[in-house]
Amino acid sequence: MGGVFVHDLHTITPLGALVPRVDQLNGIIIREVSDRALASLALRWGKEAEGRNAAERFLGLELPAPGGHAASDSFSASWIGPNQWLIGADITGHELMPYRLRDALAGRASVTEQTDGWCRFDLEGTFCLQVFERLCRIDIARMAVGSAERTLLDHLNCLVICLEQGRRYAVMGPRSTAEALHYALLTAAGSVN
Amino acid sequence: MLINHPLLGPRDAQEFIYLGDARLIDRPDWQAADAQEQFFEYTYLRDNPAGEHKELWFHEYGDRSWLVVTRNTVTHEITHVELASEAARARGRSK
Repeated sequence: MGGVFVHDLHTITPLGALVPRVDQLNGIIIREVSDRALASLALRWGKEAEGRNAAERFLGLELPAPGGHAASDSFSASWIGPNQWLIGADITGHELMPYRLRDALAGRASVTEQTDGWCRFDLEGTFCLQVFERLCRIDIARMAVGSAERTLLDHLNCLVICLEQGRRYAVMGPRSTAEALHYALLTAAGSVN
Repeated sequence: MLINHPLLGPRDAQEFIYLGDARLIDRPDWQAADAQEQFFEYTYLRDNPAGEHKELWFHEYGDRSWLVVTRNTVTHEITHVELASEAARARGRSK
């Protein structure tokens, strides 16, 4: 009789390591962030108000207008398209958020899990603006807290969220391009002075 | 070139993909008696104006919405931008 074989699996970050990577150069800190549970939320044609109300009740925040980002104690919501938001939560304690949200909205809005679909890097430092100026065409200096812009960054489709104007930003991109995005951020950060 | 996105304001043209003539919205009824002729015209016959032209653009590296952009093909001046979903509904399309 054979015993049950249990794989000894470890969660790896989008960059492939066991712990999130942190780089610091030219006064800029680039932190890999891998502790967010993510879901996309889309309202349905003809059920917009119903879906929005139910989602806002569950999340305890108002879904932001185009180009907006909102956060409560437990959840965040970034506008990513007409009637569509990327919902985030701390994965500790909220790993099943996408499924709880889906069940709470059953039939009233569409929810898909996105946790492993994205990679995220948080940039911090006064020279962050120069990094973004080198990589994308959004007006980064004018982005205030509470705004999120989806744009072409280097050659990647990314979401940029302003966490603190002029100092702290989050960049999210496709998980499969984590190394390319990280390389682009490092290269740009290495060229500022 | 900047495209004045109806929801997001001016955005760089690099974020967009061009599809073509906005008349593609007016897809013929496939059950019409002369459907074959209508689809021939819909698929192959296009105006190529030197001047104002309504075009479909996709905000691929952005909010992924389809836009109807009115552009002057001679000067590249963009005079009007609207969401394609709203333009289609205004023409009586349900979705």
